[in-house]
Amino acid sequence: METAIGMSMAVVFVMTMATIVTWLLFTFVLEPFNLQYLQIVTFILVIASLVQLVETTLRKISPTLYQGLGIFLPLITTNCAIMAVALLAVREEFVFIEAVVFGVAASLGFSLALVIMAGIRERLELAEIPDVLQGSAVTLITAGILSLAFMGFRGMLSL
Amino acid sequence: MVINGKLIVSSSPHIKSVESIQSVMTDVLIALFPAALMAVLLFGYRALLTIIIGVFSAMLAEAIWRRKRDLFSDGSAAVTGLLLALILPAAVPWWVVVIGSFSAIIIGKQVFGGIGYNIFNPALVGRAILVVSWGGHMAGDIWPSPQPFAFGYDAAIVTGATVLASRELAVTFSLPEMFIGNIPGSLGETSALALLIGGIWLVYKGHIDYRIPGGFIGTVFILGLLFGGGFYANNLMTGLFHVVAGGVMIGAIYMATDFVSTPVTPVGRLIFGIGCGVITMLIRLWGTLPEGVTFGILLMNAVTPIIDNFTIPRQFGGVNKSA
Repeated sequence: METAIGMSMAVVFVMTMATIVTWLLFTFVLEPFNLQYLQIVTFILVIASLVQLVETTLRKISPTLYQGLGIFLPLITTNCAIMAVALLAVREEFVFIEAVVFGVAASLGFSLALVIMAGIRERLELAEIPDVLQGSAVTLITAGILSLAFMGFRGMLSL
Repeated sequence: MVINGKLIVSSSPHIKSVESIQSVMTDVLIALFPAALMAVLLFGYRALLTIIIGVFSAMLAEAIWRRKRDLFSDGSAAVTGLLLALILPAAVPWWVVVIGSFSAIIIGKQVFGGIGYNIFNPALVGRAILVVSWGGHMAGDIWPSPQPFAFGYDAAIVTGATVLASRELAVTFSLPEMFIGNIPGSLGETSALALLIGGIWLVYKGHIDYRIPGGFIGTVFILGLLFGGGFYANNLMTGLFHVVAGGVMIGAIYMATDFVSTPVTPVGRLIFGIGCGVITMLIRLWGTLPEGVTFGILLMNAVTPIIDNFTIPRQFGGVNKSA
């Protein structure tokens, strides 16, 4: 659970910062020079360096958390959600403040899902799950039911 | 104590309870009987058929998965099947009920290791899957209106939506009518009276904690009173409308109180009930779906481990960690 919260914090930081930096880069560098085709490369570079920043800081501040997260911390770089938020913020032509709110809200949503899943997985550790369904199988089924439950909010804030 | 011919020595205290899973589940079945009876009286033979199919297919799914011949077993499958049947509309085709029961038992419960380990309420998992897969059968235009004591009628004759779907429909029913259950809706959810009778009996037997239904219904009432949208001239009546309409009563009394998928701490249970009420009302008032009880309880089931983690009661007589 602590690890999940730590992971969430890292993602919140990276996602928010990534959205801000990529938005600024896109609007003030790529667009004026007609370099939009470089956006994916640029964004990956921004995200990777932000993750590197988090990793270095975390290793210094909280070695236990750093140990706990292990390989998953550098893997934030390949978290599709971060890339998607950065790309969507640009594609939807958000103004700056919209992009910031979008980044923060998306990352908080990710944290919510992560913490819920961590809680459920802790409980599943004690369950007598059938052998064939151990591990990721039952986790995927749980995620499926969870997304079913979230479908109740469908269309609530239609813009 | 002698188990399987071996003498087991254990330390005191020895508390022997006559309660077993089977006895508790039988009590729940008895508590659901008034609601089921009302469903049959109001919606006719199709309701009876749906209930029988629901209960039987749930027990069958459990027996097949566990490879046991014992159909009733501990009774939990029968409870799940009955609950699922009671939250389906009367006009639902038989195969939808069967698919619902099988997904409730297998995806909702057995996949997680069977009774005692399910994260979500199995009956609600079954219903959520049906709502998403066959929305046309689960909502929309084929909700039959009740025809009290009309056993011969075909459900296709009457069409009407759940009272929550449209305001025009809602005001045609008076509150006492809704309390008795003479309104369109799912089989067992319409009669608040019958559900309440069963609920009081369950509280009396000590099987459910009043905090969850109390928090749930109280929250729905207060939010309905504040933001209900004025179904009636009187705000107090709008609040009451939201409590007796739709699935709040059956959800609060029978589903949000599931022993496995809800918090164990007293404070946690109160938080759970209030959370269910808030999400239900959010979906009802601002969502596109007319009813939010299913999703409200499922979402709160998902955060149950977190609630339990944060509401561990203080231990007295322990050693203070920081000291």
